[in-house]
Amino acid sequence: MSLEISQAFADAILEQSRAEYPDECCGVILGPVGSGKALRHKPMLNAAHSPTFYEFDSKDLLALYREADDNDEEIVVIYHSHTETEAYPSRTDIAYAGEPGAHYVLVSSRKEIAPAIEFRSYRIIDGVVTEEEVSITD
Amino acid sequence: MSIEVRIPTILRPFTKDQKAVTATGTTLSAVISDLDAQYPGIGDRLLENGALRRFINIYVNDEDVRFLGSLDTQIKDGDSVTILPAVAGG
Repeated sequence: MSLEISQAFADAILEQSRAEYPDECCGVILGPVGSGKALRHKPMLNAAHSPTFYEFDSKDLLALYREADDNDEEIVVIYHSHTETEAYPSRTDIAYAGEPGAHYVLVSSRKEIAPAIEFRSYRIIDGVVTEEEVSITD
Repeated sequence: MSIEVRIPTILRPFTKDQKAVTATGTTLSAVISDLDAQYPGIGDRLLENGALRRFINIYVNDEDVRFLGSLDTQIKDGDSVTILPAVAGG
């Protein structure tokens, strides 16, 4: 199991996490159903506007799934940032993880490691977290 | 009276992988009871202590039921119910 993601998307996610700091940022990358390919980046609003929590707005969530359905797409990556802790799923992340087919990407911009940033990916299925390799492509 | 209910991936093991199923009921509560009768166990994934689970969003047509009356939301023939897991975390 691994995640392939383009350098441009990885950069855009890191940029978004800096822009929305100290709040957590979030979003998805979509791809054609069944392909597993992360091809269309869609930043989402963190309706919680919080440094310790993120949540897609409920109307945005419905619109996102409708749009994906209309385009024969599925959510391949769900990402969010941690601003003070490592890029590892929190208990809340695990409890709320509702897309068994998605790669859960976490980035961390905590100051202890600045200017470096962590970018890691996981599967979260039935409460079990499995880290996977990330390969960044051109 | 027949209501289309769209099922998210995470609950499709209950519905034999069907993306959409039909149910009956004039309130959301009744629709969920009917779903649970047809697909035993699914109700427990939607409700906790008799209330909607925090991390499950249910929409009637385009509206989040939390803004409509939650489990008491009135449902009429031809309405579409969509269940989605919240995308959230800490």
